[in-house]
Amino acid sequence: MNGLGQGVREPYAAVSAWLDTMRVEDLRKKSAEAELLFRRTGITFAVYGDAEAAERLIPFDMIPRIISAAEWRRLSTGIEQRVKALNAFMYDIYHRQEIIKAGRIPAELVIQNSAFVPEMIGVEPELGIYSHIIGIDIVRTAENEFYVLEDNTRTPSGVSYMLENRETMMHMFPNLFAENRVAPVETYPDNLRKTLESVAPHRLDTDPVIAVLTPGIYNSAYFEHAFLADQMGVELVEGSDLVVMDGYLNMKTTQGLCRVDVLYRRVDDAFLDPLTFDPSSMLGVPGLFDVYRAGNVTIVNAPGAGIADDKAIYSYIPEIIEFYMGRPPILKNVPTHNCRKPDALKYVLENMAELVVKEVHGSGGYGMLVGPAATKEEIETFRARVKANPDNYIAQPTLALSTCPTLVEDGIAPRHLDLRPFVLIGDEVRLVPGGLTRVALRKGSLVVNSSQGGGTKDTWVLQD
Amino acid sequence: MLGRTANDLYWLSRYIERAENMARLIEAGYRIALLPRAGDDRNQEWTSTLESAGCAAQYHAKHGTLDTRNVVDFLLFDASNPSSIHACLATARRNARAQRTALTREMWESLNSSWLEFQTIKPDTLRPDALPRILDWIKERSAAYRGALLNTILRNDTYFFSQLGTFLERADNTARILDVKYYVLLPSTSMIGSGVDNAQWEAILRSVSAHRSYRWVYKDSYRSWRIADYLILNRAMPRSLRACYGEIESTLDDLSSLYGEEMPCAKTARSTLALLDKGDIDTIFQSGLHEFLIEFIARNNRVAHEISEAYHFNS
Repeated sequence: MNGLGQGVREPYAAVSAWLDTMRVEDLRKKSAEAELLFRRTGITFAVYGDAEAAERLIPFDMIPRIISAAEWRRLSTGIEQRVKALNAFMYDIYHRQEIIKAGRIPAELVIQNSAFVPEMIGVEPELGIYSHIIGIDIVRTAENEFYVLEDNTRTPSGVSYMLENRETMMHMFPNLFAENRVAPVETYPDNLRKTLESVAPHRLDTDPVIAVLTPGIYNSAYFEHAFLADQMGVELVEGSDLVVMDGYLNMKTTQGLCRVDVLYRRVDDAFLDPLTFDPSSMLGVPGLFDVYRAGNVTIVNAPGAGIADDKAIYSYIPEIIEFYMGRPPILKNVPTHNCRKPDALKYVLENMAELVVKEVHGSGGYGMLVGPAATKEEIETFRARVKANPDNYIAQPTLALSTCPTLVEDGIAPRHLDLRPFVLIGDEVRLVPGGLTRVALRKGSLVVNSSQGGGTKDTWVLQD
Repeated sequence: MLGRTANDLYWLSRYIERAENMARLIEAGYRIALLPRAGDDRNQEWTSTLESAGCAAQYHAKHGTLDTRNVVDFLLFDASNPSSIHACLATARRNARAQRTALTREMWESLNSSWLEFQTIKPDTLRPDALPRILDWIKERSAAYRGALLNTILRNDTYFFSQLGTFLERADNTARILDVKYYVLLPSTSMIGSGVDNAQWEAILRSVSAHRSYRWVYKDSYRSWRIADYLILNRAMPRSLRACYGEIESTLDDLSSLYGEEMPCAKTARSTLALLDKGDIDTIFQSGLHEFLIEFIARNNRVAHEISEAYHFNS
């Protein structure tokens, strides 16, 4: 909030004045109230391996994170450029592979990548789009300096928290919204529905039927699946509700079978269709992939979309943007050392204490080392692991992430943040002004993942 | 609507209704267990409560002897007893969670907060005088859920399947309560007119919350045939078999016109309603109250089964 210089940055002025009028006890009381609200609404995430008992809340911090209109304009142009390039890249990878032929990206990095789905070669997705919903993790390090940490092109989650956090804030502090010009985010479900409709199989002569596919109530993001289906007014289905018949995907309804045209799936690629992918999957639908390949259903996001958010591919994204968009990237990548390259490996091993080291396929904050916060032993263990399997690791410099005042045990204190805006790509690119702000609740911590004790905040994009 | 959704909504309603009925049953049984009874074991009354609840065998397998504390614990808190209030609420909430999209926010929040609060009750530390309050609270929560449903839900198949669950469960419950106690209502019983009889009759009425309204309707002391008439044939009594079938029949009619097709379950429901409409209590007593109730329970199950077949609950 304070930036690098002294004093409060301009977008925060009103909220800072409001904070001065609040006592910490009042904030705590409000915070308990908010928690009750979340629990009643059932905005919980399940913890794997435990059925009913383990529905947990993601901590919600009431002090909003604020982005100015000018900052958002810049961010959104950068995001739009990036998601177009990512989709162009995927189309190319599953078709002529020009970028490989041009020598801009090593062939084995793509072909041998576990996120590359060979079954997708030659498939023509509607409008040529593979990743219709992308969550881009962005951090800010200085005034007007944003970095993209990673792209989530498979099944990014968290958008329900963006919407519910706003709902809760408006419920608890309506006057704050009267005093600040906060851009609304409530249009997201409507935008999502429009996006999904726009990519329905084009031969359709009726209104497309949309369904959200969930692995079920024990999935950690189940609340979000139900929430989105409800907000869009479409069915929430499980694999067992679906069946392939006569070349089409159908859901089993009270009146018999009903065709599904667009499947927004929140199930991983491997589990989509036991006939094509993991044969032991109980979550998917036998024969689904054939229906998809024949163009009779649209799967959102497309199978194989993970190739664009692979951490080893990440370091090539600036080149990917240049290659397909013909312009340099607007949003910067964090400089990344790919340990598969010998000189990069050497550098990483020598400077481990200053770097963040990540597994190429890790997520959720697992399997990573934050050098400056790690003990000597931790660093040594990680060094051995990297040496044993360098291809599996990348490393990045530790960035000075921005902070925002946050209610913690000893009062209000700065905590590090990131931001995940949710972009929709269909007949047009749709981006609601905002996103999910995640906050590392432990002092000094840079890891914001909810599985690692991170919390969330409402994200305000101010209007001019 | 998905067949699975219809199934979950239907069972969600059944379990909420069952929890509420169970609260009434325990209340009525508890009251009788407090009455002085010469020579007889006052805990004996719990046998009929357990039988009405359909879980006498499980109880005896677990506890052996009857005593108030064990029975109450078994019917209220025992998660391993599928008919306990605990199990009913847990299943109802699980179904609700699976069908978040079909429920309104008010319905979900009502049910979810009931479940969260129920979990904070610690059965071991409960004082005996807390029981009536807990039972009242359960009826209140069930009413709150029904209220949220009636006030906020769309009048489409979501509503229809929820209604069917409520009234099929209610009809089953009333018929069972009557059947377990039918011998108390027979004129041949040796205890005619005794104080015990009166208490037994009142217990029956209490277990369907009808002991006050009875007097308004019949303007008379308790008479066994009137009690039977009230719970079986009276249209105004909201828990009578006739009233339940009025709801079931019209709901199935609405469903037929919504879907543009009438299913066999609608016919079975209509004929059951006709049976209750043209029935009179003297004939029922003459041809056997027990036989009548057994036949009714079987019919009710048939309607339930036909509904699940017609609307692909388990496809």
